Amino acid sequence: MFKTIKNWFHLMGSPRSFDRIAGKIIPWLIAIFTLLTLTGLYLGLVVAPTDYQQGESYRIIYIHVPTAWMSMLIYVLMAIAATVGLIWRIKVADAIASASAPIGAAFTFIALVTGSLWGKPMWGTWWVWDARLTSELILLFLYFGYMALQAAIDEPRTAARASALLAIVGVVNIPIIHYSVEWWNTLHQGATVTKIDKPSIDISMLVPLLLMTFGFKFYYAGAVLARARGLLLEREQNTNWVKEIIAND
Amino acid sequence: MIGESSMTKASYRLLVRELKLSYRHRQEVLNPLGFFVIVVTLFPLGISPDSEILRTIAPGIIWVAALLASMLSLDTLFKGDFEDGTLEQLVLSEHPLPLLVLVKVFAHWLVSGLPIILFSPLLGVSLQLPAEALQTLVITLLLGTPVLSLVGAIGMGLTVGLSKGGLLQSLLVLPLYIPVLIFAAGAVSGTMADLPIIGQIYILASILLLAISLAPIATSAALRISIG
Repeated sequence: MFKTIKNWFHLMGSPRSFDRIAGKIIPWLIAIFTLLTLTGLYLGLVVAPTDYQQGESYRIIYIHVPTAWMSMLIYVLMAIAATVGLIWRIKVADAIASASAPIGAAFTFIALVTGSLWGKPMWGTWWVWDARLTSELILLFLYFGYMALQAAIDEPRTAARASALLAIVGVVNIPIIHYSVEWWNTLHQGATVTKIDKPSIDISMLVPLLLMTFGFKFYYAGAVLARARGLLLEREQNTNWVKEIIAND
Repeated sequence: MIGESSMTKASYRLLVRELKLSYRHRQEVLNPLGFFVIVVTLFPLGISPDSEILRTIAPGIIWVAALLASMLSLDTLFKGDFEDGTLEQLVLSEHPLPLLVLVKVFAHWLVSGLPIILFSPLLGVSLQLPAEALQTLVITLLLGTPVLSLVGAIGMGLTVGLSKGGLLQSLLVLPLYIPVLIFAAGAVSGTMADLPIIGQIYILASILLLAISLAPIATSAALRISIG
């Protein structure tokens, strides 16, 4: 068992086999994403009942909540990939870290936009300085900082190492920032899904939400592999295996 | 084998060197203070001279100005040493780099952070802050500005080799300053509202301890990456 895992890591650590394997699984990931998301959207927008308090406008949670979860998850995954790349100097891990940043920033941006669209009917204003929206905004700045640092350094190895360190510093700081913002202001409605034993959300509303959540995870997996593949092909353009691929195309 | 005494000696010598260098560039040392005073002056001009409004926004204004002044002044922390090769010698030195970084940041704080703190009550008075709030302001600045220098040093370490560092640094460093801003400005506002503020002070103190123990390590790693 251990040996298989070890072999798998060695395999995935080499850009060449990563390229081959990623190429095979990306279509599957995207297919699962499409299936889950379309079902989730159908159940959420058509089948699920209207909320007795918020009316139809609550349906934006099927986008807002999963994207907000993804925005935080991706930052952590990015930091983990960056740490792996920093410590063991694995090119594939570096590529996954830098491929994650734009996707994470996009999810954060969508979470902010949908949050503000939701805020208009609920709070009567486009933007409220509420704890979670503000945290998302700061998270967006952290993503921008990461991407800006990476873009500013020309040498890809140094860029990867420097931005990895920044991602680690960011991960250490995110809880501090999050709780300080939380303490600073709490106006947002309480969590409705995280109560494991008895969620205060109806099952007909919960199912589409979960489908969307898993769908977005598959989207991230597919998108990050595709982007990382592209980055690796670009960085390895002078090696034989890339030249072979180009020659065969 | 490096004895403890030689480490202390090295730290002391580095501290003296830094202070001497700052003394010889007196004008540069005064720049952050000038910036701080001017930024604070702009707010009453831009918002309103009404003393009630000024009193409400004073903690935020003074803290934001201090934050920006600290970030801008950090630009010189490693730049000169990087350009003349001193930084390389520090990295190669037999003494632990985090310690040397800590000394450098401390020296920098002495010449750029401390003047701001000494000057802040005066600006507080001009913004109609009551006396108790001035006291809290000074305490929060004493606890908070070293955190700004320590955390900012990480960003400076990462960008030291880049010619176009300036605006990038603000993107890297300012989000990390947010907790300090929230608790410090919150404590000053709390004093004016007669609320207990000991919690915020304790949190600021613990953030300071965290920054002293972790930030120099991250800064050292950043410098090693930048130097290559």
